[in-house]
Amino acid sequence: MDLFLQQILTGIANGAIYACLALAVVMIYQAIDHFNFAQGEMAMFSTYICWAMIAGGVPYWLAFFATIVVSFVGGLAIERIIFKPLHNAPVLSHVVVFIGLIAIFNSSAGAIWDHNIKTFPSPFPSGSFGGLIGLHEVGMFFVTLILLLGIFCFFRFTRVGMAMQAAAANPDSAELVGIRVGWMLALGWGLAAAIGAVAGMMIAPIVFLDPNMMLGILLYGFAAAIVGGITSPGGAVAGGFLVGIIENLVGTYIPAIGSELKLTVALVLIVTVLLFKPNGLFGKTIVTRV
Amino acid sequence: MATDVETRLDSRLTVGEKIPVKLVIPVIVIGAIIPFVLGGYATFQGTLIMIYAIAILGLNLLTGFNGQFSLGHSAFYAIGAYTAAILVYHLDWPVYVTIPIGGVVCFFAGFLFGLPALRLEGLYLALATFALGVAVPQILKSSHLEGLTGGVQGLDVFRPDVPAFLVDNFGLTMDQWWYLIVFVVMLLMFWVAWNLINSRTGRAMMAIRDNPIAARSMGVNASLYKSLTFGVSAFYTGIAGAMAAIIIEFVAPDSFTFQLSILLFIGMVVGGTTSIWGAVFGGMFILLIPNFAEEISTGLSYAIFGVILILVIYVMPSGFAGLVNLLRARIKKIM
Amino acid sequence: MSHLLEVKGLEASYGPTKVLHGLDFSLDKGGVTTILGANGAGKTTTLRAISGMVTRKGSIALDGAELTNLQTSDITRKGIAHVPEGRGTFVRMSAEDNLRLGSYSRSDKAGIAEDMERVYNYFPILKQRRNQQAGTLSGGEAQMLAVGRALMLQPKLLLLDEPSFGLAPLIVQELFEILKKINVQEGVSMLLVEQNASLALDLADHAYLLETGNIVISGTSESILENETVRRSYLGY
Repeated sequence: MDLFLQQILTGIANGAIYACLALAVVMIYQAIDHFNFAQGEMAMFSTYICWAMIAGGVPYWLAFFATIVVSFVGGLAIERIIFKPLHNAPVLSHVVVFIGLIAIFNSSAGAIWDHNIKTFPSPFPSGSFGGLIGLHEVGMFFVTLILLLGIFCFFRFTRVGMAMQAAAANPDSAELVGIRVGWMLALGWGLAAAIGAVAGMMIAPIVFLDPNMMLGILLYGFAAAIVGGITSPGGAVAGGFLVGIIENLVGTYIPAIGSELKLTVALVLIVTVLLFKPNGLFGKTIVTRV
Repeated sequence: MATDVETRLDSRLTVGEKIPVKLVIPVIVIGAIIPFVLGGYATFQGTLIMIYAIAILGLNLLTGFNGQFSLGHSAFYAIGAYTAAILVYHLDWPVYVTIPIGGVVCFFAGFLFGLPALRLEGLYLALATFALGVAVPQILKSSHLEGLTGGVQGLDVFRPDVPAFLVDNFGLTMDQWWYLIVFVVMLLMFWVAWNLINSRTGRAMMAIRDNPIAARSMGVNASLYKSLTFGVSAFYTGIAGAMAAIIIEFVAPDSFTFQLSILLFIGMVVGGTTSIWGAVFGGMFILLIPNFAEEISTGLSYAIFGVILILVIYVMPSGFAGLVNLLRARIKKIM
Repeated sequence: MSHLLEVKGLEASYGPTKVLHGLDFSLDKGGVTTILGANGAGKTTTLRAISGMVTRKGSIALDGAELTNLQTSDITRKGIAHVPEGRGTFVRMSAEDNLRLGSYSRSDKAGIAEDMERVYNYFPILKQRRNQQAGTLSGGEAQMLAVGRALMLQPKLLLLDEPSFGLAPLIVQELFEILKKINVQEGVSMLLVEQNASLALDLADHAYLLETGNIVISGTSESILENETVRRSYLGY
């Protein structure tokens, strides 16, 4: 029983990472009506920027917020420079551009900051909560919650938040009420990059910093977002924890699987969930009259 | 939108299109001469390009023509390759026979995978296929199957010698011989795809892509067509995988990672979705460009590949075939 | 009366296909003008060209200010509200959020609240449905929401694309009565595209007849009503 509890808690700790990224994924999905496959690599790059600042002697929190700002501007710039001219290109071509971005970020991070694994500081005190879960994980959990709340309020109560949703859902109509859809997309990219940066800086103390740190985690993040329901930020967070717990329990209790096939089984489970709930666990079934 | 323009110019929307023989025959002649003009290495690369082209065409039948997204075609490529390898390594079957068998095994695998995938669309299907792509190499590596698959080490595939009379009369080398086999298989596969797309079945596939509800209400059995398309798509990719195993004379799980799926996807988009011959261009792109990027800078090769990729999409957002279609329309207008 | 909108040599195309071949027309301030024509004549395209939603050439001037080089959202901000074909409501948002988005480009909070009440006065049903998802509204309600959302912009000109489409005759009648009221009370000019010619001529004071991208007949509604061709082809008597 102790082992079970321990595994659940480890699952929750890992799940917090996935939840954080899933949230970023859902956020940009709401803002641009697209999956941003490059999100993980953008977050990794942001985290390196923060690391470089801290290594250069900048205090943690200053570096933290400066990174958020830099990432926001960077995300904005990527949309304006790279995606705006491709506005009319087919969706599949956009996916290829995402792949191109992944390659660029991954490769240049390695070239700029080399491929050695680096430690990344945590803003939270070291130690653990009752010997079960690290304080950093607890802190990360609250950061995720705060982000979630902020995003919810932004979309629900602010003019710009609503306009962003409108622009993603129905760009033509959005233009017809005077929303500058192009800038809404850019803003969505900026926000997603900023949230991704937060996720990256929260995750890096646990998984350490290297150019490939996000590859595996992002998969879980995407899976969590989809399981939770891509239309629901709360669902994404719940999905993140769920995926973390499933992954750990599967690895521990099904010996034939072990860590070797952990990812596979987690993915298969997720797909199974989707077969019964095609919109994800918490996703809205969109009601539209034909 | 760019795609709209492309669709309107898409000749397939006029029924009963004939193969443009005048264009195809010179291409066949040139394709057949290449191995005798170029060196062994170039011939080998040409063979790989054609294998990729077949796999890309398979993916394109599914995504471009039927609207189903897949990030898991490396799995079918792997299944085709391992089918061939296991039959040759363990059972000593003749390599030539294993090619169609690899395809058929994949057809069933694809069809069966297509059944549950029916419930999933868009992103959800992408995730499910992605799971398949991640799972298959891990399963192949698994210690439980080591006796069959060779585990991480993989399996060797032995190629028989070139038939003696070809060596005696024409001095055919191994590379040239297999180039020609793959070339013939590719032409055959392209011809089948052409006929499929221009048939009732092809129109049903595209109808499902463009408007599933309307297609259903016109009596198209969308579920059956979608699963069948999955099967056919996997068949193409499986044939390619089997031939790749034979050409490279070796299979190992790490050759079939998720990255291969991404490469095939890139090849499809760069070649042009909804184009059959575009797949050849896609194959060239995914084989040659990464090498080219590597030559420019080893450390930044991925970044260079990424930049090239983005630039290519800038120049031809609808792929190479889309660009050619557009240019053809322009020229027609001027004339 | 002075002209609110002055259109000269308007051409529009979708990809390689040209749809409008140089239209010249003008709209009076405070008036209702209708564009009649068969399917595919270019009626919807004319509205979309004014709003900058298709590739276009020529000159479009609102109160003398050139619009041709502006993008859709900026044209909207100049005071042209477009109620698109198929209504184009934000289906996943509530009716009230749709109206609120209609006033997106404005910042006068008090004025917005006032206008919201005005819209609810014209369309009381929307007040009942204010918290309902727009996608679940009936066709008539959705059309009213679309018109209401357009009014929230405080437009000088309202472009209406087949507002009667797919609605029951009684609802259509109600809707057109409200449109008449809006025109009179708010002084909003309207450019109306309709399949139902007699309905449109009833509301409008001026009319243009469009055939394959060219204006073939124009005049006051009365004169158009008396025109033999129009009667036979579009009114059926």
